[in-house]
Amino acid sequence: MEEVQQDREQPEVMRCTEPRSHCSPIETDSLEAAATVSLHGSSPEVQDCGTEGPFPCKSDGIKSSSSTNGPSEPELQGPGGEGPSERASNTNEVERASDLSEVERASNLSEVENASKPSEEERLSNLSEEERVSNLSEEEMVSNLSEEERVSIPSEEERVSIPSEEERVSIPSKVETVSNPSDVERASNLSEEERLSNEVSAGEINGQSQPQGSAKEEEDQPENVSDSASTDNTLEDSSEFMVTVLARATLEDQGEGPPSGLSEASTPAQGPAPSNQDEDVTAESWRRHRKHVFVLSEAGKPIYSRYGNEEALSSTMGVMMALVSFVQSGDNAIRSIYSDEHTVVFMQQGPLVLVSVSCSRQSEQQLRGELIYVYNQIVSMLTQASINRIFERKKNYDLRRLLAGSEKILDGLLNLVDSDPSFLLSAVHCLPLASSLRDSLSQILQKAITPNLVFSILIAKNQLLTIVQEKTVIEDARLEPADLHLLLNLIGASSAFQAGEIWTPICLPLFNPDCYFYAYISYLDPPECTVCLLLLSTDKEAFYAVAECKRKIDEGMRTQNALRSIAKAQSYSASQVGVSDLRHFMYKPFDVPDNHRQLTQFTSPEMEAPYSSEEEKTRLLDLYRYMHSRIHSNSRPLKLIYHVAERETLLAWVTSKFELYTCFSPLVTKASAINAITKLLRWIKKEEDHLFIRSPPKYSTTPNPSKSSRGGTTDNGFLTLL
Amino acid sequence: MMAERRLSSREESLLEVQVEARLLRVKMVLLGSSGVGKSSLALRFSKDEFKASAPTIGCAYLTQVVCLHNARIRFEIWDTAGEEKYHSVTPLYYRGAHAALVVYDICKRESFARAQLWLKELEKQYFPGETVVGLVGNKADLSDGRKVSLQEGYRLAESKGLLFMETSAKSGQQISELLMTIAERVQKSTREDRGLVEWREVESVGLHQGERPHPLGTCCLVGP
Repeated sequence: MEEVQQDREQPEVMRCTEPRSHCSPIETDSLEAAATVSLHGSSPEVQDCGTEGPFPCKSDGIKSSSSTNGPSEPELQGPGGEGPSERASNTNEVERASDLSEVERASNLSEVENASKPSEEERLSNLSEEERVSNLSEEEMVSNLSEEERVSIPSEEERVSIPSEEERVSIPSKVETVSNPSDVERASNLSEEERLSNEVSAGEINGQSQPQGSAKEEEDQPENVSDSASTDNTLEDSSEFMVTVLARATLEDQGEGPPSGLSEASTPAQGPAPSNQDEDVTAESWRRHRKHVFVLSEAGKPIYSRYGNEEALSSTMGVMMALVSFVQSGDNAIRSIYSDEHTVVFMQQGPLVLVSVSCSRQSEQQLRGELIYVYNQIVSMLTQASINRIFERKKNYDLRRLLAGSEKILDGLLNLVDSDPSFLLSAVHCLPLASSLRDSLSQILQKAITPNLVFSILIAKNQLLTIVQEKTVIEDARLEPADLHLLLNLIGASSAFQAGEIWTPICLPLFNPDCYFYAYISYLDPPECTVCLLLLSTDKEAFYAVAECKRKIDEGMRTQNALRSIAKAQSYSASQVGVSDLRHFMYKPFDVPDNHRQLTQFTSPEMEAPYSSEEEKTRLLDLYRYMHSRIHSNSRPLKLIYHVAERETLLAWVTSKFELYTCFSPLVTKASAINAITKLLRWIKKEEDHLFIRSPPKYSTTPNPSKSSRGGTTDNGFLTLL
Repeated sequence: MMAERRLSSREESLLEVQVEARLLRVKMVLLGSSGVGKSSLALRFSKDEFKASAPTIGCAYLTQVVCLHNARIRFEIWDTAGEEKYHSVTPLYYRGAHAALVVYDICKRESFARAQLWLKELEKQYFPGETVVGLVGNKADLSDGRKVSLQEGYRLAESKGLLFMETSAKSGQQISELLMTIAERVQKSTREDRGLVEWREVESVGLHQGERPHPLGTCCLVGP
């Protein structure tokens, strides 16, 4: 239902890029395009660096999709199918560093017959244009944009109009500089990776994966879900590694095959398991879940399923493993499968295989990021070294034995991932606090230290208050937002913490995936339990010493009456910015070179009406996710998107200094939105000290600290019993 | 109450132990498979509350002061996680404990089997008579679904010379009796000289936190 609405919100331009969402299932001649298995190679860049001639392959892909989609797609701008039409439709978006050669770009464009938008020359010249724009300061940029705005002729019936190419032509061109080196880097890394992957004979894959892959697709296919593959799907089509699967055909042929297979395997839910585990995996409702996540071992043993008992899903997981190992036998790796409604993303991490089956509209990249979170959460409990060791010794080890009791933590993580934008932005959300109060809290933490203490973290209402770090450790490595997210999830997932003081081994996978820290966790304000202290030590015997630190912190807080001040602190409302029409935003500043050791943070107001209900919150987050996926698209990264949705208007903008997502009321005009952003940026600048932790304080625990942070945490004796 | 718990810093309590303490520190560890109610027992011991809780992560540390006729005993309760992934760490928690409670769920046969394994494990670590080991059948309020009879538990405990009790953390049945019995037994066992040596050993872990303590140091002194 919700998805359908979103589909409607899709502006015309977008529709062109996603022809499949319009193919009604009955139109049988669009069979081939229904699902694609993509192997290493999800972007057109591959073609630039691929050893095989890229163009023939590409045009093949285009041909097949156009022949299928063309007839049923009156809105399509041309018979060129997805590849070119996407290009055409996106001409009014600002493009970011794209390493398509100009020649190719031009040739692609020429394929677009009805491309009504700017000419190739304009396009090419604009490339340097944007680079220039991004070098301007924020204010300048905004004013430039509004300048363009005045010049521009808004494109007729199109509801999405991103400051278009024509508009930008009006700005005098300047030197082309790479404003966003990281993007270029990313892109080139990617193509590196793609190059590494071997080509697999399309026919082979097709033959094999067809029945299994598509069958699986079918079985969890809800009715009213719009195309989740969107842009990426399009890209797959033009990729030389693209394999087309006759999903619909198999549906008809196989009918109820897979579900019945499932029902054989399903067992009655066992005992007093949590409700998620109780679910009947043969039920329609199970298939309709928005996002499934499965974890299995390389031997195909089920380890975790977000919904339903993983035991009951062993045959489904068997199919997944069969897909993975079949492609592996061709010296390749399966990355994703696309169908009308679902995106299936595969990820192998050491001996574990993680699979996400999603009908949310998220990009493959985003889903992959979420799977990495799941993997890292498992690592945080067991360490990568021990997982690898266990499976080295015994291939068919049942990891559930070790993860027993942790399902809740994984469930909690997946719920957080769905509801908390921190994961999307890979940044930490900290609670707005007067900088003087934050400083005094940091000082309290800084005073209560003991040897081998590495991080002191203060959390309130699931948001960061302050973090204090050991100097030498921080010179060595930094605490990644992702690690902090895992810690926050761990704290949130266990009510047991509220009982007393916890001392537990925990691994920070991004800091060091093979070693344990020892975490001391305790609430400072029992029985309310809102302010949580987290102390991380490298010494497993340090409990009493670390507990003593907590006493000192307790005392310090009491003398300064800090708890009461913290209780008063709360998130802010978008209306405080004083910009009408601005409903919500997310602002993530990038690290500036001189304090690049700082934790990546973002700020965002409370979601208020009309986004107060859960469904509306999810809807807004979905829109943000969509914007994010366009901005961070591997193949066509964008800098600026102005997106008119049905019930709101969004504007996302990324520069070298920040990443910003804003949501306005639907009646906002482009000019006023840009004006609002200028005001918003000024407001954020003014409130900076309040919204962010400006410089995380450091301390030195001993004049002669235990030799190293990274290496020093190694704990060999710990897992010998495993 | 909180203040009282925190009253004794390490140095003070060391002093107290040496001067025939009035406030004795007793380290007690709760062991057993997951879901038998260790955390609920611990919560009963310390706060006399009952709350359904999520599985414990690592180990929770709680304290409770019990008054005996001639001394006060400060129980430091280490509530360990029953899950297998933490089994390799539990020695960290039960090392040097004065009292160990092995808990099983009277409605779960396998938890009783698991308890016997825990008892074997403990035998390797402790001299009999030096550490008070108790066997606790929890969830006595659910006696309708009982799978382990009272006699069985009693027989097992008797064969090993252990304290035995059936409790219910939910209803609070037998909880304070259990705590008092342990307190008395611990006090009795530590009256002997050996006991005091052992106590100081525990302290030293805290005092020289800077040096990495010998992983087996305390075990060797305490254990066989």
